Amino acid sequence: MNLESFLLMRSEIGLLAILLLLIIFEIFSNKKQKAAVIPFALILLAINTALGFLPLESGELFGGMFRTNALLYFFKTTLSLGVLILLLQSADWLKEKVVDENKASEFFMLIISSLLGTYFMISAGDFLMFYIGLELTTLPVAALVAYDTYKRISAEGAVKYILSSALASGAALFGISLLYATTGTIYFESMAEILTSSNLAILGFVFFFSGLAFKISLAPFHFWTADVYEGAPINVASYLSVISKGAAVLILMILLFTVFKTLMPVWNKIIYIVIIATMFVGNLFAIRQQNLKRFLAYSSIAQAGFILLGLMSVDQLGTATIVYFVAVYIFSNLGAFGVVQAVSSFSDKENINDYEGLYRTNPKLSLLMMLALFSLAGIPPLAGFFGKFFLYTAAASKGYYILVFIAVVNATISLYYYLLVVRAMFLRKNEQAIPYFKSPVYMRMGLILAAIGILVAGVYSPIYDYIFSISNTFLN
Amino acid sequence: MDILSLFVIVPVLIVLALTFFAKDLKQARLISVVGMGIQFAMSINLIFAYIKERAVNTGIMVFTKDVVWYETFNIHYSIGVDAISVVMIALTSVVLLAGVFISWKIDDLPKEFFISLIALSSGVFGFFISTDLFTMFVFYEIAVIPMYLLIGIWGSGPKENSAMKLTLMLMGASAVLSVGILGIYFNSNADGGPLTFNIFEIAQVNIPVAAQNIFYPLTFIGFAVIGALFPFHTWSPSGHASAPTAVSMLHAGVLMKLGGYGVFRIAMYLLPEGALNWADFFLILSAFGVIYGAFGAVMQKDLKYVNAYASVSHLSLVLFALLMFNKTAWTGAILQSLSHGLLTAMFFALIGMVYGRTHTREISKLGGIMKVLPFIGAIYVITGLAYLGLPGFSGFVAEMTVFVGAFQHPDMFRRILTIVVVSSIVVTAVYILRMVGKIMMGPLSNEEYKDLPKATWFEKTGLILLLIPVILIGVLPLGLSEMIKESLQPFLERLL
Repeated sequence: MNLESFLLMRSEIGLLAILLLLIIFEIFSNKKQKAAVIPFALILLAINTALGFLPLESGELFGGMFRTNALLYFFKTTLSLGVLILLLQSADWLKEKVVDENKASEFFMLIISSLLGTYFMISAGDFLMFYIGLELTTLPVAALVAYDTYKRISAEGAVKYILSSALASGAALFGISLLYATTGTIYFESMAEILTSSNLAILGFVFFFSGLAFKISLAPFHFWTADVYEGAPINVASYLSVISKGAAVLILMILLFTVFKTLMPVWNKIIYIVIIATMFVGNLFAIRQQNLKRFLAYSSIAQAGFILLGLMSVDQLGTATIVYFVAVYIFSNLGAFGVVQAVSSFSDKENINDYEGLYRTNPKLSLLMMLALFSLAGIPPLAGFFGKFFLYTAAASKGYYILVFIAVVNATISLYYYLLVVRAMFLRKNEQAIPYFKSPVYMRMGLILAAIGILVAGVYSPIYDYIFSISNTFLN
Repeated sequence: MDILSLFVIVPVLIVLALTFFAKDLKQARLISVVGMGIQFAMSINLIFAYIKERAVNTGIMVFTKDVVWYETFNIHYSIGVDAISVVMIALTSVVLLAGVFISWKIDDLPKEFFISLIALSSGVFGFFISTDLFTMFVFYEIAVIPMYLLIGIWGSGPKENSAMKLTLMLMGASAVLSVGILGIYFNSNADGGPLTFNIFEIAQVNIPVAAQNIFYPLTFIGFAVIGALFPFHTWSPSGHASAPTAVSMLHAGVLMKLGGYGVFRIAMYLLPEGALNWADFFLILSAFGVIYGAFGAVMQKDLKYVNAYASVSHLSLVLFALLMFNKTAWTGAILQSLSHGLLTAMFFALIGMVYGRTHTREISKLGGIMKVLPFIGAIYVITGLAYLGLPGFSGFVAEMTVFVGAFQHPDMFRRILTIVVVSSIVVTAVYILRMVGKIMMGPLSNEEYKDLPKATWFEKTGLILLLIPVILIGVLPLGLSEMIKESLQPFLERLL
């Protein structure tokens, strides 16, 4: 192994460098300079994201523990872009609420550590690396959920999150140990060759899947989601719903398509039922929500059900549609969460009722919210439509028409509750509507980036075609 | 830029112009009227260009263009028109332009109103020019979703509920449709070719009959919900009653025609065996819809509801004619779409004008309007007569062709159904004559109505724009029906 091969870990090294620079900054800055950490961290992450658009070769490190290829690299760049948008959206919240308490740089460090965890998790070549990545993703987020320390609900959310993740990690680890017991290896590649559908292997898989299902908040492992989202600061809820969920979906897909390929007849049925349950649970509960954070929590549960449709076709098409949908979903959800964040930091209002008459006072924000929600609902010509339609295509390509039918019924249900928010903003008139306000510059940048993603990622087809072309990299 | 893509691009440009330049009502309507005027001129030009092109071009579609969009799925932006799409495009342009004139005085959020209206129109135009299933589906949904805002913000009565009901039912239908489209797509390689969304490539393929039997009803219902197929028509009366005038005009006049068009061009054309196997079932539903809509209209007290149920009846007649599987009936179906589109738009415009002045739509409270509003009254009577099929107007030509075509069928079941459906003409006469007689003739019902303002120039312009084609089709139907019949040839070859 030579020094150059370390460059395969370029994205990870970049994040580590940012972390180190942030620590140095934290040590050597005095109290007045603390606020400068915001532009500093944002610029560093922007540079790292921009570097992600340079090509990178595929390869393995540490005897196969760490591997990277075009698809993983693309996904990491997408996640990094998502985090950049998210941090832009939270910059003003940090400036107003957190800098005084001297915790701004910690916020960045925690988020970037968690992002680093997702990188290791999806790049893992064996279960050990995978587990380290998983924990590195989860633990900083638990601290972040409790970031509003003066709010009881935030601490409560953090406790719920840490307890349920500990349980989930335990279940996953137990599953891994059973799998190790049947195959005698923890490497993905060799396990894929040895694994047979023995009862022990199936049991191991089920435990492992339950652990991961917690992270993706699939029904029936979704109970923590709404409470944690409600308690967490909005940007942390947003992080949970897009970045950590997206990464967990990707690694689940990779494992199902490679390591557990021999168990396909088994997991196929499990996923089939989980998809239906997740979509119905998410959608039916979302209808009743008033608090927008809980609302988006249930909506993101339902979206996870849609994402899994791509798993039904165990091929390049399924991979491409999942990666594409996750990318699109990141933009759409960040758009919605961004607006909630903007409104909340101006007025502390988070309920759907409070949004009544918003269009007449804040037309641009309402418009963006509508775009984001329509994209989540799958209305053309927004990106979400293409994402969803392609997921249907992936499931239909293997003949699961009934499943697709259930999914489209759910898409219609979801349209109903997304329209409830649109109704509040556009249709209702309200004397006490939230008055006009101008969002600060970072927030506007974050929102504009999300809007561009929503508008462009669908109609501009080369994005999908590129994802498709790199999607076969780990299948053979 | 080719002649067809402009129909999508011009509305988008107008929307952008409205977004950035329109400051108030005057500027918004000026931009809209100029833009829609251009659109109208383009569609007149298209008719003549089509006739000229047709003389030299014998392809199914003319002015075709094909650009790869999503390479991996073999999705193309492919466009082209035949006579059916040309007349539908012309209808859309007329109704839109008239709709802009009728909305001259919209006071609440005028800019947004015109933006939504014109964004919707780009979806409609895109739908009519597409020859690729996926692209068509995209445009179809673009045409439906602005309806929610249009009814919800500018509507009247229980507008929020009506808007929600309409949007959910139509989007639910389009969700079902998407399963049908996927089914067609994944069977388009049945003969060993590549998977494709292109309508005319799929039309060369013999899709297995078992698959056709499954996906035909999905596709059919997906489209027919917006074409007011019984029992999926329930969104229509409440939606039309709550919508603002221009939106009712556009929706009943144009958007509901997307249903018949889609049923014909997608469901029946691509899945011919499925169409034949399911024909009787849907025939009964549509025949029932004709009668049910007509009787429903008789029972209504609100002018808009009368017209909404009448639309259900007349559009079920379109589906009925399409399911009769012969050239005459199909020609009749297209003529009926066209004629109903114009007439129902006129009706909604007139109802809007009466309502704007008297602030009531209840038939029992209105009377003798003709005396104070002679222009509106006269047009109302003309529209009514045309609607119930008086010779000399488009309604007669259309219904006559439908019934002649339907009766050509030798089998007893269809003949009996036809006879039943024909009887709806009588019911139509009942509700139209009763309504027109009650509100236009007789003594003035309310002294306050004496000083109602006369029709303004923009109202007159809107109405006359719609009336001219009604009379043209009524007096000179032959050229039009010949043009349509030519374009039915590929359908005949595939379906019969």
